[in-house]
This record gives sequence, structure tokens and C-alpha cells, in this order.
Amino acid sequence: MLRKPLLLLTLLPALAVGAAPSADPRFDALDARIAALEANAQVLRDQAAAAQAEAAAARAELQQMRAEQSQSKVAAVAAPAPAMSASNANGNAFNPAISMILTGQYAHHSLDPENYQRSGFPLVGEGGPGEQGLKLGESEISLSANIDDKFYGQMTLAFGSEDGETEVGIEEAYIDTLALPGGLSLRAGRFFSNIGYLNSHHAHTDAFVDRPLAYQDFVGNQSGADGAQLPWVAPPDLYVELGGELLRGDNYPSGGADNDGVGVQTAFAHLGGDVGIENSWLAGISVLRSDAVAAEDGFSGEQTLYLADATWKWAPRGNTKDGGVTLRGEYFFDDRDGVYVDAAVPELVQAWRGQRRGAYLEGVYRINRSWDTGYRYDRLWADQDGPQASDHDPVRNSLMLTWRNSEFSLLRLQYSRDEPNADDSDNAIYLQYQATLGAHGAHKF
Amino acid sequence: MKALIWAALLLGSAWSIPAPALNVFACEPEWGALTRELAGDAVTLDVATSALQDVHQIEAKPSLIAKMRRADLVVCSGAELEAGWLPQLIRQSGNSKVASGPGSFMATDQVVTLDKPSELDRAAGDVHPQGNPHVQLDPYRVLAIAKALAARLAQLDPGNAAVYTQRLADFSTRWQAAIPNWEARAAPLKGRKVVVHHASWVYLLTWLGVEQIGTLEPKPGVPPTSGHLAGLIEITKAQSALAILSAAYQDPKAGEWLAERTGVPALVLPFTVGGDDQAKDLFGLYDATLDRLLGALK
Repeated sequence: MLRKPLLLLTLLPALAVGAAPSADPRFDALDARIAALEANAQVLRDQAAAAQAEAAAARAELQQMRAEQSQSKVAAVAAPAPAMSASNANGNAFNPAISMILTGQYAHHSLDPENYQRSGFPLVGEGGPGEQGLKLGESEISLSANIDDKFYGQMTLAFGSEDGETEVGIEEAYIDTLALPGGLSLRAGRFFSNIGYLNSHHAHTDAFVDRPLAYQDFVGNQSGADGAQLPWVAPPDLYVELGGELLRGDNYPSGGADNDGVGVQTAFAHLGGDVGIENSWLAGISVLRSDAVAAEDGFSGEQTLYLADATWKWAPRGNTKDGGVTLRGEYFFDDRDGVYVDAAVPELVQAWRGQRRGAYLEGVYRINRSWDTGYRYDRLWADQDGPQASDHDPVRNSLMLTWRNSEFSLLRLQYSRDEPNADDSDNAIYLQYQATLGAHGAHKF
Repeated sequence: MKALIWAALLLGSAWSIPAPALNVFACEPEWGALTRELAGDAVTLDVATSALQDVHQIEAKPSLIAKMRRADLVVCSGAELEAGWLPQLIRQSGNSKVASGPGSFMATDQVVTLDKPSELDRAAGDVHPQGNPHVQLDPYRVLAIAKALAARLAQLDPGNAAVYTQRLADFSTRWQAAIPNWEARAAPLKGRKVVVHHASWVYLLTWLGVEQIGTLEPKPGVPPTSGHLAGLIEITKAQSALAILSAAYQDPKAGEWLAERTGVPALVLPFTVGGDDQAKDLFGLYDATLDRLLGALK
């Protein structure tokens, strides 16, 4: 009962235009029609407004496109480089480039690494079969930047664990000159020596899980030292790099910084070039001289290590990341003239004069951007007499398969059969992962 | 006495032989071609890569170090396209002249780049923080780059400044005459849709008003996978794409696979100078590109 007067009240303005108020149901119907028409008009108005807004937006877009086009047309003589704008606004703009390497592996050895002996070649440095089972590899952090107009600096820290203790090591920390004339540059600090091929390359760029036997035994996996290096790139079309290093020589093969801390000298020559667009090559000879005092293998005296290396890469159309073959070999000749002191029996001093040799040959077939596979043959030739005399020459064969998800991550499977001495053989399976985070690295050939 | 004077004159003229020409190291064929347009034989030119190589993935090989060693000017795309090899080449060659400053000319620094990512995450693939570096297929940008490059050549080699100015004027005239012709020819392409192999065509497509509806690579720099390609069949058909575009250096298999299943033609475009027989210089590159695209209309 209450509803009707209310309804009438609300209808009043509409009805006022028409007939006098009445309870006739026709009025209600008429009223509903008017309301519907009004609603209809509102919808049309809304639609018109929406269409107008759309038209305005389209006009704005058109104008913007025109502006952009004329901008790109006018950009003709445009002021150089809007390229670096926003990122320069904060205090981090001059931070060094940071990159990080993460790696880990599972290894299974049929011969207990504790009982592993390489005849004629005592294990030194980081050389050796490694550990059984799951293990975090060396995690690296590398920082690099131009220091100013004359110098570039880089530091690489390696984190590893040894018997449950975390160890931090300065793998590299050096400065390079940027402004020497005539293709000369000077490097000072701690760095990997430029002898051979693999030595100056970081392990994460290797094709195999571990370094060749010759690297393990003659330079303790990788020769890094404090010192100075002076390379020179010659002007001709053929790539010719000549250089030398003066090193402190704390580590194997010297052991103990003799000669006032400049006990090691090296010299190297690298040549390289292309044959057509599908083939590239790099070859070198190097020599390392050291005056060792109680080195890790018990040697004191004069040591000269000669290296020869050769690399050949073939890739269809020169696209090395999408296919092709890489062949590489290195040869080591180690000449000693000194004495051997056994750590267990220090009273017994023996003469150590003689030569040992080592070599490896590897071939890697890049199937496509994601997959590559390779084979490596390792060989060492022991001394015939002297304190390290052995009739057995260690031999190892390795096969690997690598899958890359991108240039920043990979998984690697490797099988190695190692015959380190006359009685033992070690069948090893490795599964390794490797990842690069941060700044996009640029690698050596 | 006379002989002596002659000898002295000869010696003098030998000394006055013009200083050795500027050595220019171009990272990509398009910048080599542009340098040739602007400098002719006034410079010695080394081009580091060919149209059949993926310039994202070059190695710092010895032959390139030797060429970098003698360079006075490096002309490259920039925007991190060459991040994996150019810095290594410069450092190993010991040539500081081209590390920065006037000896380093980056094409993307001369123009506004497109496709600047709003978020930097390698989970999105190989993204370029400074925008898409493949600027060579927008004629207006190429003209802007040409002007800046001519100015740089003149700055480094003032003795030949007149040559660079004159050659730039000549190039600009021919180029500006060519642009309307290309635009008129390309008019029927406007509004059409394409699927591309890698997002390397954004400047060409923006210029021509062609829409990109998909990429064969699931993410930039990640090779096409069968799962991702299968997902493209529907969209390629539904939007009646004009073509599937790959560059001469890319593996055509993925594009052909999709073409077979959709009936949309797979086109191999030269992408840069030398990418096919017609693309002998920059003009030929544009002619060839438009010929291929217009061919798909028929």
C-alpha cells in the first residue's frame, strides 16, 4: 500500500508533462516507454562519447607517429647518442662489470682417488683425479673495468672448499695498460701465464671437465703467478704475438720465490690466421725457465719447460657456434738439472737430471648450437732413470658430450679411462654443470 | 749537381707521398658498404664478418686481431651486438686508439633504437639493454648514420675531408631519391603480417608498416624448438601471414617447416650487404629485400 504513493511521487515529474494524475495503468506503461527511450538516448550519448574518445586517441597516435617519423627523418643530423641516458643517473654507473661462474660435478672413479699414483709423475698442484662423488667446483667472481684512460683492471676471486673449509683465492688480479703505442701492452699483477694454449684460458671455457695430464703434471693444472707480462702484436696481416714474462715463482713448478722473487721467466710466440672463411688456425711455441727451490715434487735446480701448441678450427660459413670441428694439440718437453729431496727422507739427496715429455690431442665436433661431442688422447713419457724413473708411460682416453641451453649454461658428461701406472686403471664418469651469470663475457679464440 | 738536385727532388717527392690511408675496421658488411660509399678508395677497409655469419656469435680469431691491430677507426653496430668478441679483439690487439673516443663509431649511438627492454632478465633470452641493434634496414636511420660517419671520417682524416663531404652529398642525393621509390613500391605491403626467425627486422617492418605476429625463436638467441613452432601454426594461418622471414645466415629449416604446415611462404632475405647476389651494396640490399617481400604477394 505504501509503494503506490511513492511510485506516484517518482513518476510525477514525467507525468506532469502529460495528462493529469490518474491511477490509469496506461500511464505506467507510457512512463516505462519514456524511461526506456531516455535510457536509449543515454546509451547513444555514451557511444558517441566513446567514439569521440577513440577518434581523439587515434588522432593523437597518428600525430605521435608523424612526429616519430619526422623525428627519424630529421634524426638525420641528430645529435649523437641518446643511447646512454637513464642508467647514468645513479652512483652505480661506474661499477665494474661483474660476472660469476658456478660449477659443480658428480664423479665416479673405479680406482679410489686415495690410491691413485701416476708413475714417473708425482701429483702436484691441483693435478690428479679429483674427488669421488658430488662436489662443488670452483665458484668464481670476476670484476673488471677501465680504470682510466691508461689502465684496465680485472680481478677474479675463486671460492673453493678444502676438507670442509671454504677457501678464497685470488686467481687473477692485474692491470693492463691501454695506451702504449705500437701494439705493445703491459700487464702487471697476478695472472695466468700466456705460455701454451690452454694455460691462459679460464677452465670454464675448456671443452673437457678436467685439464690434460700434461697440464696437471708440468704446470700443476694452470700456471698463475705474480709478475709482469709484455706482449707485442706485430703489424702484418698474419697474426704474430711475441712476448715475455717475469714471474715471482711461488708455485709449482718453481716452488719458493728464488732469485729475489723473480725466479721464473717465460717467452712466447703465437701465430695465427685464416684459410678461407671457414678455417682458422693458431699455433705457438713457448718456454718457461725456473730456478726451483724445494718445489712441490721435491726438485731443486734449473728447469726449462718447452711447449708447442696448435689449434685448427673449421666451421661451415665460419659460424663456429653452430657447427664445425676444433682440433688441438699441445706438446710439453720438461728438462731438469738439479737434485731431488724426498720429503719423507730429507737426508737422501739424489741428482735429478733428465727429460720428461707430455702431450694431448683433442677433437671437438660441434653438432649444432646446443650439442657438441669430443675425444681427447693424453700421453706422458716418464724419465728412463733418475729419482722419477719409470718404465710405464701414463695414458688416458676421454670422451665427452656437452649440452648447452644457451651460451650461459651447459651440462657435460665425460668418460675417461686412465692408466696411470703399470698395475692400475681408472674408469671415471663425470657429470658437470657450468653457468655464467652477469656481464656478457668476451672470450679468447 | 743537376743529378743531385733531381735526386733530392725525387727523395722529396717520395717523402711527400700522402700519409697512409685511414684503416677502417667494419664489424658488419652493411657498415663496410657504407664506409665504401662515403670514403671510396680514400681508406683501407677490413670487413670482419660476412652476411652468412651470425654476428652475435663471432669468435675473437687471430686474423681479426691482426686487422684490429692496424685499425684507426672501428665502425660497428654497437648496442652490445658485438659484446662477445669486439672488446676481446681490441684488448688483445693492444690498439687503444679504437677502444673509445673518435676511433670508435657505433651506428646505434647515432640514432634512436627501438625495442628497448623495460626489464633486463636473461630468462627472457639474449636481450639487448640498449635496444635492438639491427638498424641497417631503416633508410632514414641509415642516412643519419651516414652523416655522422662522414663527419667522423673527416675528423680523423682532415686531409680527405673534401672527399668525404662530396661523397656524402652524392650518397645522400641518391639515397633520398631512392627512398620514395622504395616506399611507393612497398605500399601494397602495408598492414600485412609476417612471422620472423629472430627479432632482427623491427626497423624494416616499422618503416614498411608491416606487423610482426610471431618469432620462430622462442626467445631471442634461443634456437627454435618443435613445440614452439607447432604453437605458431595456428596464429600464422589465422592471421593469414604474408611470409615467414629469415636472414641469409640463419638456418632455413625452421621457417621451411612452418611454411610446409601453413602454406605461408618462407622467405630468405639478404639482411645485409652480400646476403644474396642482388645485395651487392646498400641500394641493392633494399632492392633485393623489397623484391623478395613483393614476390610473396603474388
